[in-house]
Amino acid sequence: MNFGQFLLRRLFLMIIVLFGVACIVFFIANIIPADPVGAILGGNAPPEAINRLKAKLGYDQPLIIRFGNFIAGALRGDFGVSLKTSNPVMKDIMNYFPATMELAIVAIIISIFLGITLGVLSAVHRNKAIDQFSRIFSILGVSMPVFWIGLLLLLVFYFKLGWLPGGGRLGFFTYPPPRVTGMYLIDSALAGQWDTFKEALLHILLPAFVLGYNATASIARITRASMLDVLKQDFIRTAKSKGLKRNVVIYRHALRNSMIPTITIIGLVFGGLLEGAVLTETVFSWPGLGRYITTGMLFLDYPAVMGGTLYIAFIYSLANLIVDILYALLDPRMRM
Amino acid sequence: MELRGKLLDVSGLKVSFYTYRGVIKALDGVELWMDSGERLGVVGETGCGKSVTSLAVMRLIEQPGEIQAGKVIFNGKSLLELSEENMNRVRGIEMSMIFQEPRSSLNPVMKVGYQIGEAIAKSKKMPIKKTYPEVREMLKLVGLDPDRVMNSYPHELSGGMSQRVMIGMGLATHPKLLIADEPTSALDVTIQAQILELLDELARKMGNAVMLITHDMGVVAEFCDKVMVMYAGNSVEYASTVELFERPLHPYTGGLLLAVPRVGRTDELKAIKGTVPDLVDPPSGCRFHPRCPRVMEICKENRPPLVQVEPGHFVACYLYGNEGEVKENA
Repeated sequence: MNFGQFLLRRLFLMIIVLFGVACIVFFIANIIPADPVGAILGGNAPPEAINRLKAKLGYDQPLIIRFGNFIAGALRGDFGVSLKTSNPVMKDIMNYFPATMELAIVAIIISIFLGITLGVLSAVHRNKAIDQFSRIFSILGVSMPVFWIGLLLLLVFYFKLGWLPGGGRLGFFTYPPPRVTGMYLIDSALAGQWDTFKEALLHILLPAFVLGYNATASIARITRASMLDVLKQDFIRTAKSKGLKRNVVIYRHALRNSMIPTITIIGLVFGGLLEGAVLTETVFSWPGLGRYITTGMLFLDYPAVMGGTLYIAFIYSLANLIVDILYALLDPRMRM
Repeated sequence: MELRGKLLDVSGLKVSFYTYRGVIKALDGVELWMDSGERLGVVGETGCGKSVTSLAVMRLIEQPGEIQAGKVIFNGKSLLELSEENMNRVRGIEMSMIFQEPRSSLNPVMKVGYQIGEAIAKSKKMPIKKTYPEVREMLKLVGLDPDRVMNSYPHELSGGMSQRVMIGMGLATHPKLLIADEPTSALDVTIQAQILELLDELARKMGNAVMLITHDMGVVAEFCDKVMVMYAGNSVEYASTVELFERPLHPYTGGLLLAVPRVGRTDELKAIKGTVPDLVDPPSGCRFHPRCPRVMEICKENRPPLVQVEPGHFVACYLYGNEGEVKENA
């Protein structure tokens, strides 16, 4: 199997997965006994009004036709109109998603950097102080709920110490930079507004760390385990028998091999980041897609919920596709 | 102290492994010596400490193992006393090693040419890229096509080719000693012969000594000048290959030879009765005594030292006199 075939196969699988997600999202939203029409019009609406709105929203058609319309729309990037904001859902997503993406990207950068460093150090200094620290840090990371760590850190760094801002993407009196990507860090850098950049960075630091904490812990543990495993391999003994220095053996010979499982876990936790964004965004008043979906859920805004969820699933699959490609770049045995 | 070997002299080498089951005394006073350009076969059953000996000489024993006592004099240097930094100037430059599993001994994510170049680059203190002409020469020398192999990854090579690469890597720095730890055991029989031939040819050409670790008496007969027989972490007999095969003195060596099939041999193959002892709790006295057909009372209490009973023929057995007798001090 060459790389092209491999890629085609992965793309095909991705389509199947997304179709599956679309099915689940659609049927859950339509089968649960909640009535968006009733929610919009209120309990005392006359039957004609209800019927008129049902027809307008397409709820009078059989389920299977509605499913067909949903899929056909999704293929065109059209998820219908949000019942709450009255905007096309896709437009709302484009509006809110960059904030989530920016948060997730900064979070994954922090957790990759921190996680791999901790993992490598604790494998190399096994059972020493740094290993114990990393173990406790990781256990806290996987066992404490995101919102609780978020509140705790807000309490310390915002209320007590006052080092970092308490929420939002920018200070109250700062204008967002001219929109190019919708990510403030990139946009402000592009516009050369370094004050805004610095402010955006300070604002994103805490939520990104909180969001990425869990991922950091997973990455650190996997990196440690795989590094320990690699250090036991025959080729490490060969490298040592060549008289290579310890650091060369670790960073040139072992690290790249040990990154293979780490890359897999990075793809998986990235999904967790998008999902965790729902809570983190709420705690840190971060106007992202997670908050959009949560709000949509409270208002029975089904087009928004379905569209937002499917969009996140799409980004998640895309992230995993990228991981698989990275895999092949890292391990020549996958490139056959 | 008089050195028995001009190139390498190992004496009283003790290595233990600290495991949950207890302390495994893997090597308990190993003796070993070699002259320059000589080929020494180190033989014995699985678990007798052959590989541990070679790793200890390279100082590559890993946790939970530990070298506890002994001397390793190599090329005038006392290796066990060198700093790690100085030891790294011996490893891969004056002394290198090839292993049993050639395919897993190469780094799967690095190109073959790079891995050989790394060894040369280190000994000559030059960038790896600059060593490539030399790497190509080395690949030709071990019978591989440089154009095909230079940029290959290990998984694209067969076991035999990988072992050729390992040999090329081991000899690329023109070391004085190449330690080959069961270099042919994982290969097909036809390939085994080719690899031995290659080792033979290159050692002749480059003049390096070879320590060949093996359990295969046939390989020893074909390749080695001298043989050291090991049993349960002890050196039990040392002689030239011809002498050892014709007149084995230690009952264990005798048993080993009786268990080797040969063309034209009509008598029954005899296994040595019993099994290799558990080294957490080794037998008292001579470690071979529970399995020895000619065991005496003294063997159960005292450890026989390795003494010269005839010129160039050393044996650790009380059948050949009590001289140099030592009390067991375990």
